[in-house]
Amino acid sequence: MSEENLLNITSACVIGNNQVWKEKQLLFEGKGQGIDFLHSLYENLDINYPKFFKMDALCKSGMAAAHVLLKNFKKEQYRPEEMGMVLSNKNGSIEADINYYESSRTFPSPSLFVYTLPNIVIGEISIRYGFKGENAFFVSEKFNADWMYFYVNNLMQEHHIKACICGWVDVVDEEYDACLFLVEKKSENGINFTAGNLDILYNRA
Amino acid sequence: MDRNELIQQLKEQIIKQLNLADKKPEDIKDDDPLFVEGLGLDSIDALELIVLLQQEYNIKLKNAEEGQTIFRSVSTMADYILEQQAGSAN
Repeated sequence: MSEENLLNITSACVIGNNQVWKEKQLLFEGKGQGIDFLHSLYENLDINYPKFFKMDALCKSGMAAAHVLLKNFKKEQYRPEEMGMVLSNKNGSIEADINYYESSRTFPSPSLFVYTLPNIVIGEISIRYGFKGENAFFVSEKFNADWMYFYVNNLMQEHHIKACICGWVDVVDEEYDACLFLVEKKSENGINFTAGNLDILYNRA
Repeated sequence: MDRNELIQQLKEQIIKQLNLADKKPEDIKDDDPLFVEGLGLDSIDALELIVLLQQEYNIKLKNAEEGQTIFRSVSTMADYILEQQAGSAN
């Protein structure tokens, strides 16, 4: 692979077990459970995006992780169409699905309905950070580093994507599990983008 | 319930129904626009307001076009509710 095609993981964020990590640094440890933990992130991470409160838990989790991941990201160096996103999880949008189903017993809630697809989290992150490149959401039993590497590498080598958020965002039974990576082309920072390194970073979480 | 009490109740219901966790009733002025430059509500919120009218006041909007006028502000919402309640009482 020529040097200019080298891809690096330049940032990584993990949210799980009531903790928020960026690279090897613990940024925040919450005491609350479930949605209280996500709302404590809003205050403590200084997210400052009122629409956060309207989102379902999956989007809140993804938005909080993206906020940490992109803290020092200089998006001006890329065109919006050059920034892509590939996410995955096990449980799709099951929490939003159940909440909407419950609401439909009386008055179906439009604002719950709009979150009954897992890829909405990609849309919410894209709206806030101006990502307009290709994106995809995959559902699989567990985080598949080989598949993630294959798909993102293809996007960035064969298409015009130069920066890509990828990873795992899952919510079930008020358990939050988010692990996002930022992959960039021609960056001197970070570590090589390989399936092995994705696995190491994910499992270290 | 008089008009002022209804307006206060509506503000509390709007905050709850639309998950405006960063707002308090006193942040919403009676005549402030609810959409775009005021509270910044969007089209999904408009649907939630229709649900709120139905759920809390048993009022069904007959024509979605009416929403633009009814949901202009909390005041216009209160006036519409009072008008509908007076109409159904007669």
